[in-house]
Amino acid sequence: MNIDICIVAFSQSACVAQAGAANEVELIMPQLEAVYSQVGISNAQDVDFVCSGSCDYLQGAAFAFVAGVDALGAVPPIQESHVEMDAAWALYEAVLKIRMGHAESALVYGFSKSSPGELPVVLSQQLDPYYLAPQWIDSISLAALQARLMLDKGIIKASDMAAVVAASRRCAMDNDKAQLAGQFSISDLLEEPEYVSPLRKADCSPISDGASAMIICTRSKAEEWQVPFVRLSGIDHRIETHNLGMRDLTTSHSTRLVAEALSIHNSSLDIAELYAPFSHQQIILEQALELQAETEINPSGGVLAGNLMMASGLSRVGEVFNRIVAGEAIRGLAHATSGPCLQHNLLAILESS
Amino acid sequence: MGELAAVVGIGQTKYASRRGDVSIAGLVREAAQNALEDADLSFKDIDAVVIGKAPDMFEGIVMPEIYLTDALGANGKPMLRVHTAGSVGGSTALVAASHVQSGTFKRVLTVTFEKQSESNAMWALSTPQPFSVHLNAGAGGYFAPIIREYIRRSNAPSDIGIKVAVKDRLHGARNPLSHLNLPNISHQEVEDSMMLWDPIRFLEACPSSDGACAMIIANKDLVSESPKPPAWILGGAMRSEPTIYAGRDEVNPRAGRDCAKDVYAQAGISDPRREFDCAEIYVPFSWYEPMWLENLGFADQGEGWRLTLDGATSLDEGGDIPWNCSGGVLSSNPIGASGMIRFAEAARQVRGDADQHQVEDARLALGHAYGGGAQFFSMWVVGANKP
Repeated sequence: MNIDICIVAFSQSACVAQAGAANEVELIMPQLEAVYSQVGISNAQDVDFVCSGSCDYLQGAAFAFVAGVDALGAVPPIQESHVEMDAAWALYEAVLKIRMGHAESALVYGFSKSSPGELPVVLSQQLDPYYLAPQWIDSISLAALQARLMLDKGIIKASDMAAVVAASRRCAMDNDKAQLAGQFSISDLLEEPEYVSPLRKADCSPISDGASAMIICTRSKAEEWQVPFVRLSGIDHRIETHNLGMRDLTTSHSTRLVAEALSIHNSSLDIAELYAPFSHQQIILEQALELQAETEINPSGGVLAGNLMMASGLSRVGEVFNRIVAGEAIRGLAHATSGPCLQHNLLAILESS
Repeated sequence: MGELAAVVGIGQTKYASRRGDVSIAGLVREAAQNALEDADLSFKDIDAVVIGKAPDMFEGIVMPEIYLTDALGANGKPMLRVHTAGSVGGSTALVAASHVQSGTFKRVLTVTFEKQSESNAMWALSTPQPFSVHLNAGAGGYFAPIIREYIRRSNAPSDIGIKVAVKDRLHGARNPLSHLNLPNISHQEVEDSMMLWDPIRFLEACPSSDGACAMIIANKDLVSESPKPPAWILGGAMRSEPTIYAGRDEVNPRAGRDCAKDVYAQAGISDPRREFDCAEIYVPFSWYEPMWLENLGFADQGEGWRLTLDGATSLDEGGDIPWNCSGGVLSSNPIGASGMIRFAEAARQVRGDADQHQVEDARLALGHAYGGGAQFFSMWVVGANKP
């Protein structure tokens, strides 16, 4: 428990609408090469543990992660595991492995190609298989339901949602990995037609293909590698009920629980990278986290600028890491989510060493 | 190893080809409730939930932990979903153990399941992979040539597989949870059953089962809060290697050998056949018993089949190292849970709680799972004695 765990490397591909014929291994390889070179190692043999996050349904075939193993050079065999979740949870598993003393270093990666399928429809099959999935309620419709509740209750106005999008597009102009960027006014955005009412297309994160990878290790290993490192001083997560009718969709109870567990409320945070696939969800998260005015939110543009399914959560952690290493922040928060309407939420606190 | 942890509760469902009386949520909850009852605990005593199953395409539910959170009492708690192919049941147990061994949690619930009656495993295992050779073979077709190579190398008598099939079904007949209940199975009956993938006959293959298995893993400080004896976790290891690479030995995979070496070192074991009292090993096709006897160091290269032939692995024949006393994967096979059942049945033995299939005075047992193209391995060693 008292082991200091550090992030020492991170790399993410560009978010692209369509990676074409590139397969998953080809998406992963450049990111692995990048993190290896950041710490000066040559392959997965040089870390003690590997954990990845992916989703078979996005690849359209069982065992998406098996192809990932081919990218690792796992000869001789390696200690390796996989979560069918965003790679932020693979990071969580790797942290436990280091805390228990079974590893000093770990490689974590996530990847997907969302472009070949219809992502919102694929995600409808996450729902209760007897009562909800047969209705094929897609992820955008469920998010629209949530946004409608917030608008009707007067918690937000349409212009608040547009303001989130405008800020995302503006920040993304400085992010060469972003898929959507540009200067848009709130009125520009509100002139766009509704897509799934009350959501406009710009309120929804785009469909993206890509991958990201990270290396974490103990403090002593980071010092041995002689690379800049950022302390991962806290990481925790909570899930809440799947029954949407039992949840207050206008808030995020599970995010609040994690924030309390990590004592985030009222603590000083320079930046926060939030995994909000829909504009109104960013507002829900900001409120649940009680973020203060000085906290810069989603300086990367967040996932409205590009959403790598199964990697976006890990990338939020990576974006905070990059900014702390660059000296732009001292302490930051990263968030990852899973499930419809923010059902499952993870938070990580990163601090300058 | 970090904090010392132990299994304090085990719960399984009845295994059957179709559990039409329960939904998937009902199935996992049944196992979880049984484990909590076994540990004299309730859901409020659980800090985190770790769930595992084989590919989502089996039941057609994407990331089913999202739907199962309510059934497993996970609301407001951390919940993690592990997926490492056929080894997932074992890997999930190890990930759950790491929640406690890392000092992060005091007591966790771990559950694995498969509801094969609501799935189509043969289809899900045969979907074409983009840019890859399409095998369209399912698991039996994939492993049959590897088994033939084992027979060629070892010169094993051709009926060793039949002997394993009979032995594990006789073991399964002692286990009331077993899917197959064949107390009168004979050598001839197995031999006469249809050849599916030469040399694997119908009765030499695992069944398709519905079922779930759950365990409660607790920190040493909380072990005394549960009434039954604990199964101390003395070692845990995972290894992975690619499906195909130049020089890969598919009959005796290095990942399995390395994994065994690692877990034996953690538990201080040098002679597995002598030191273990029993083992629960993932044998979905009969011939994998002699193959894994060699891979795991219970027998020398090419000699594994002799143990099977001599009855060394049979409870009924009074063997010195009984394997799969519960009936094994050959008697019950809810795929995603099959690995955890091995881990849980090893724990039942050292807790002295295995009823009719108990190995007398079992103190040390091995649990094993493998998956993919025999490329993912997970193993643990559990013991009756606190280290």
